[in-house]
Amino acid sequence: MAAPLPDTERLLEALVTQMKPVTGPETGIVGIYTGGAWVAERLHRALGVKTPLGQLAVTLHRDDYGRIGLHREARRTHLPCAVEGRDIVLVDDVLHTGRTIRAALNELWDYGRPARVRLAVLADRGGRELPVAPDFTGAFVEVEAGEELVLTNENERLRLAAVRRPA
Amino acid sequence: MSPSLQVDSQGRLVHLLTTEGLPVEMIRHILDTAAQFVSVNEREVKKVPLLRGKSIFNVFFENSTRTRTTFEIAAKRLSADVINLNIGASSTAKGETLLDTVWNLQAMDADMFVVRHAEAGAPHLIARHVKPGVHVVNAGDGRHAHPTQGLLDMYTIRHYKKDFTGLTVAIVGDVLHSRVARSQIHALKTLGVPDLRVVGPRTLLPKDIERLGVRVFHDVTEGLRGCDVVITLRLQNERMSGPLIPSAGEFNKTYGLSPEKLAFAKPDAIVMHPGPINRGVEIDSGVADGSHSVIMPQVTFGIAVRMAVMAILAGNA
Repeated sequence: MAAPLPDTERLLEALVTQMKPVTGPETGIVGIYTGGAWVAERLHRALGVKTPLGQLAVTLHRDDYGRIGLHREARRTHLPCAVEGRDIVLVDDVLHTGRTIRAALNELWDYGRPARVRLAVLADRGGRELPVAPDFTGAFVEVEAGEELVLTNENERLRLAAVRRPA
Repeated sequence: MSPSLQVDSQGRLVHLLTTEGLPVEMIRHILDTAAQFVSVNEREVKKVPLLRGKSIFNVFFENSTRTRTTFEIAAKRLSADVINLNIGASSTAKGETLLDTVWNLQAMDADMFVVRHAEAGAPHLIARHVKPGVHVVNAGDGRHAHPTQGLLDMYTIRHYKKDFTGLTVAIVGDVLHSRVARSQIHALKTLGVPDLRVVGPRTLLPKDIERLGVRVFHDVTEGLRGCDVVITLRLQNERMSGPLIPSAGEFNKTYGLSPEKLAFAKPDAIVMHPGPINRGVEIDSGVADGSHSVIMPQVTFGIAVRMAVMAILAGNA
């Protein structure tokens, strides 16, 4: 039995504490759909960033297209700020293999060449399959094999939960 | 022409041959997917890597620069390698059969064939004979079907009118010779359009077309009255001086879409045309270039819809 999951609000606070000294009003906050976009919205508000919030859909750059085809994804990338030359923090809910981050970087680059990209994640569950490391981490969370970390959003209340992966 | 040729037992699209019998969920899936690709076409880098390493052969037994170009752009924006073949003049003239041509191309490791042929059913024949994992897209066969055109028209209507279930739609002109009209009618019926009309002279409407669930109008003002969507069809040059209509000028006077005739439709009606348009024949310049016209957006959406079809097919290996 894994240790109980840390409180999600605490994880958000930890991220804000880490990011506050090294981000500014011009920093671009970009969340990865779905969970990452919720986290990004909270960070954007708490950090008082002026640049409008962005969202990334990574479907078109996923590396499992050849095996499972095109994901049905109604959400689209929405970047209201220019990417070119901007300092960007990419935000996701759970960091696992790193493949989503690779796809997100490719998607981001289709819009321009940022000055710098850093990565913020609410929870890092380990198990990397690519050389990806977060710059800001809410917490390292241990999850049992066969379990998945899922972020839910009920009326703006974010909650991280471990669920059994469907067989 | 069994629909199961294009959708497999798990409900996945393996070929796109006709909109006839295409399940409503599949049409919605294609339109939703196309919405993603519309946004790709608006960004700095108009290219995604989904079809990297795939070879798509545009096999055109009948000439069409426009349709071929839109398929070519769509495939290239998906990162596929595109090979264009205008077969009309070469292989068939040397006596090679349709299937021999296809087998030769398949031996060159084609992943997808986009086929245009003057004979109805040619893409179906090819689809029945290609290896598993090779996909066929019908880019127009005879008078039968032009499903990607039909689907891009559905995308356009949905973009402007949101919901199909309260719409009145009129298809005006030479329905008899139009594969586009057939593809539109099947898709519009599947999507639940309650009042679908065809408008034209008796000589240019197929007999028994009512069986497809459309209302027939020979009087253009009656046919256009209260329409949300007016689709005009191209009058092919070779039909302008023949036994079917007195003359192009006469046809324009009776059925050509003018501002005066369009006034019978709803004030917010949209006007569509599959292109290329004959100004002053089936549509007047004042309408084609007017505020109701969505003819240019149709072309833009067409790229995204063809990207969606090819990406869905190639993902269902």
